[in-house]
Amino acid sequence: MNPHRRAPLVLVMTVLVYFFLYAPIFVLITYSFNSSKTNIMFEGIITQIGPTKLVDGNVVQSPCGPFHWFCELAKNAEVINAAKNTLTIAFISTICATIIGTLAALALQRYNFWLKPFSEISLYIPIVIPEIVMGIGILTLFSQVFGFLNSSLGLTGNTRLALGLGTVILSHITFSVPFVALVVRARLSGFDQSFEEAAMDLGANELVTFWRVTLPMLLPGVLSGALMAFTLSLDDFVITFFTNGPGSTTLPIYVYGLLRRIITPQVNALSTVWILVVFTAVLLLQWLQNRESKA
Amino acid sequence: MLRKLRESKPLQGTLLIAPTLIFMVGLLIIPLMLTAVVSFGKRNSDGGVIYTLTLDNYTRLAGFSTNCDSGAASCFDPLYVNILGRSLTLALQTTIFVILMAYPLAYFIARSSPKRRNTFLFMVLVPLWTNFVIRVYAWMMILRTQGVLNGLLGAIAGVLHIPFAPLDMLYTPGAVLVGMIYEFLPFMILPIFTSLEKIDNSLFEAAADLGANPIRTFFKVTLPLSMPGVIAGTILVFIPVMGTFIVSDILGGRQVILVGNLIQRQFLDARDPTFGSAASLILMVMTLIVTYFYTRKFGFGEEIIAV
Amino acid sequence: MSDFAVELRDVVKTFQTPEGGSVNAVDHLNMKINHGEFFSMLGSSGCGKTTSLRMIAGFEWPTTGEVYIEDQPQGHRPPFQRPVNTVFQNYALFQHMTVAQNIAFGLEMDKVPAAEIKRRVGEALDMVKLGNMGKRAPRQLSGGQQQRIALARALVKRPKVLLLDEPLGALDLKLRKEMQLELKNLQREVGITFVFVTHDQEEALTMSDRIAVMSHGKVLQIGAPVEIYERPNCKFVADFIGDTNFLEGEITVAEKDHLIVFVPKLAGEVHGMGESEFKVGDKAIISIRPEKIRLSEQHTFNQNCFQVKITSSAYIGSDTRLEVDANGVRLKVWEQNHISTLDPRAYHHGEQQAWVTLFPENALVLPAE
Repeated sequence: MNPHRRAPLVLVMTVLVYFFLYAPIFVLITYSFNSSKTNIMFEGIITQIGPTKLVDGNVVQSPCGPFHWFCELAKNAEVINAAKNTLTIAFISTICATIIGTLAALALQRYNFWLKPFSEISLYIPIVIPEIVMGIGILTLFSQVFGFLNSSLGLTGNTRLALGLGTVILSHITFSVPFVALVVRARLSGFDQSFEEAAMDLGANELVTFWRVTLPMLLPGVLSGALMAFTLSLDDFVITFFTNGPGSTTLPIYVYGLLRRIITPQVNALSTVWILVVFTAVLLLQWLQNRESKA
Repeated sequence: MLRKLRESKPLQGTLLIAPTLIFMVGLLIIPLMLTAVVSFGKRNSDGGVIYTLTLDNYTRLAGFSTNCDSGAASCFDPLYVNILGRSLTLALQTTIFVILMAYPLAYFIARSSPKRRNTFLFMVLVPLWTNFVIRVYAWMMILRTQGVLNGLLGAIAGVLHIPFAPLDMLYTPGAVLVGMIYEFLPFMILPIFTSLEKIDNSLFEAAADLGANPIRTFFKVTLPLSMPGVIAGTILVFIPVMGTFIVSDILGGRQVILVGNLIQRQFLDARDPTFGSAASLILMVMTLIVTYFYTRKFGFGEEIIAV
Repeated sequence: MSDFAVELRDVVKTFQTPEGGSVNAVDHLNMKINHGEFFSMLGSSGCGKTTSLRMIAGFEWPTTGEVYIEDQPQGHRPPFQRPVNTVFQNYALFQHMTVAQNIAFGLEMDKVPAAEIKRRVGEALDMVKLGNMGKRAPRQLSGGQQQRIALARALVKRPKVLLLDEPLGALDLKLRKEMQLELKNLQREVGITFVFVTHDQEEALTMSDRIAVMSHGKVLQIGAPVEIYERPNCKFVADFIGDTNFLEGEITVAEKDHLIVFVPKLAGEVHGMGESEFKVGDKAIISIRPEKIRLSEQHTFNQNCFQVKITSSAYIGSDTRLEVDANGVRLKVWEQNHISTLDPRAYHHGEQQAWVTLFPENALVLPAE
């Protein structure tokens, strides 16, 4: 029984809000087929297939036809590099953050030690402060430390310490760990200890019990945390903005850079590709969840 | 026993937490402390930091500028205070709008049949997972003078034979607000949905059985029970909005400056990390204070971060 | 060969309550369990039986006192070092392993060679009559089947002692009764000492060689089922096991085989017998079970014969359960229905006058509390 389910207010707002959510996406995708190079107004789709021809700033012919900008995208070395960086950073930081975060969850949920209150607080901090505060904090740390080390050790050229992939990965791990710990901890708190008792009763010591019983049963939570860390890293802009250097550009940073310079429909093409990937990923996730709940 | 075994082994616990502590202390606590230290410093000519102890940056933020037009020794320049105020206002406005828009949608999804529910959720997740920057860019395309919205309005005006001059929507505070709302709407939909979904149907039936009409049921049963979701969502929206600079950068241009932009500029353009650090610290303190009083009154809304 | 399979010597277990106080879940417990016996700990929840079991298993450690297994003091030994295995109330089968892997787990811990593991797992499955279920996942099995797998998993390790923590609690009545007999037979076959925890007295009486009746962390009585039932040593045990009638009074005659208690409410003397030491003038309680009271139309010229009015009767099928009133004292009387008849006169009804006889050998005199 849903008293308001059919209330006109709810239905109208729902439709409006969904429209609000998707209209911009629709616009983005449409303009990725725009023949106008300046991408200010929609000048129509490229219809002719053949070697590239421009007329008045509009691309009227292209080997890829309407998908001209997607082809340009594929040839864009910077984008490919940024994509590679983004994925590399995401994978490495996710793996590290998941391991570290899971260990932290175990420590906090099951042990008492002197540094426990301090650890709990420090894990909450990234969640309650704006990202920019954390970003410039890390930037300040690296710039001061690197500056000091570079000058005192006389490092130059290739050995010079500078912002790059390493610094980005380290900072991504830092903001991901609290989320992983949170998710795994939630999973741990509902954990039925009788399984671990049974394992010990059957002769498994603590390490074996953890490895063969606790961890496998915890796995869904750990994977959940890992997924979260992966998403956070993939999407991150602010912290990456302050900790990256030349050569470690990620996709969000790259797009931001483009937006301040020239905007061609290539940006839209990139956005469209990204949206499609996200769409597929969410679809996959839902399908997996459905499968698991059926089993 | 497991408790006993483990409680008597604090060393194990400490070892497990050690990697976390290394990261948290090294890349969070120390940077924050360093920010504080730097904020009391002075900038040198290269844009580096001279470590001293001076309150110059803070007095500047508070408005006591030594760079006066009238030539006086000191005067009050509310520039920075205004920026902080603008950020707060924007955060509040965004939060309120987002709650108003998210709630009906979350309600709709929560009370849908389980089969349809997944589809509707999926439709919320896709914009959520699409990158921040891309979504802001979309609005840029829509709000431009020659953008989609103006084009649409122009077309409608043409059909109705009304004279129409393109609206100046981009680079206004309104544009920034719209952008913020768009960015953070999904963050409010999900927690509200989670807490609404948990309300058992039998509660509605009980309320009706006891004589409550739909409106009273909403205010007396539904709304209070969904508050944890609203609260969690507010925290998820308010804090990031306070610190955003992209939305105001892209959709607000030079016209709308928020604290985030101020900080960003200090570190990139003006090359005054000490002033930027001071602003950053003030931002953090402000956020913590607001969050503290908010959670004191309302709690954390223990709806976990539902991905 | 050790004296006892398991012994608890003056064991105390103290827990902190949430309010800040402390409570003794187990209070100076002494218990000796013999080799090869089916030993039950019986009591209502909170009596300390589960805590005691967990201390034998190693999931809890005594605050003071010692647990001995085969005469070895266990001290603070963790469960994986003790030669005992547990069957858990919720079975605790590993959901991410198959049935066969579950059973094999304990053997893997013992580093048994793979071929032998396979053989023994097969044997264990056959023993619980689930031979072809090895490849299934635990959640595909019914409650009864899961229970048997939990049993097989524990038994395959051939422990010295098997601990069972209310294993039949989650099963429905019919299945429970079947499993009770199966477990009993299994125990006889395998010959291992079983330590069984339950709150169901019928269960304990059916299965056990000896029962320890517990309350508030203490053992009130240990004995064979017939001893517990026919010769309870205190009011609590008499009341907890089965049904009984209590008559309060004062000892007037206290000789070796001859006790007489004056019961004020009946305004008469009741002859009885008892195990404890009594003196004239001691306060006492007589316990007599409903099935042991004889109901008749007339005075039977025995001792302990009283006139009563029948106040209610309930036909149960195998017997008729009556409540009678003797001078204001309520007594429960159960009569077996020997003869199959529909004649209403064969059954007692309310409002009838009758006489009850409490045979002295059935009237147990217990110390007053």
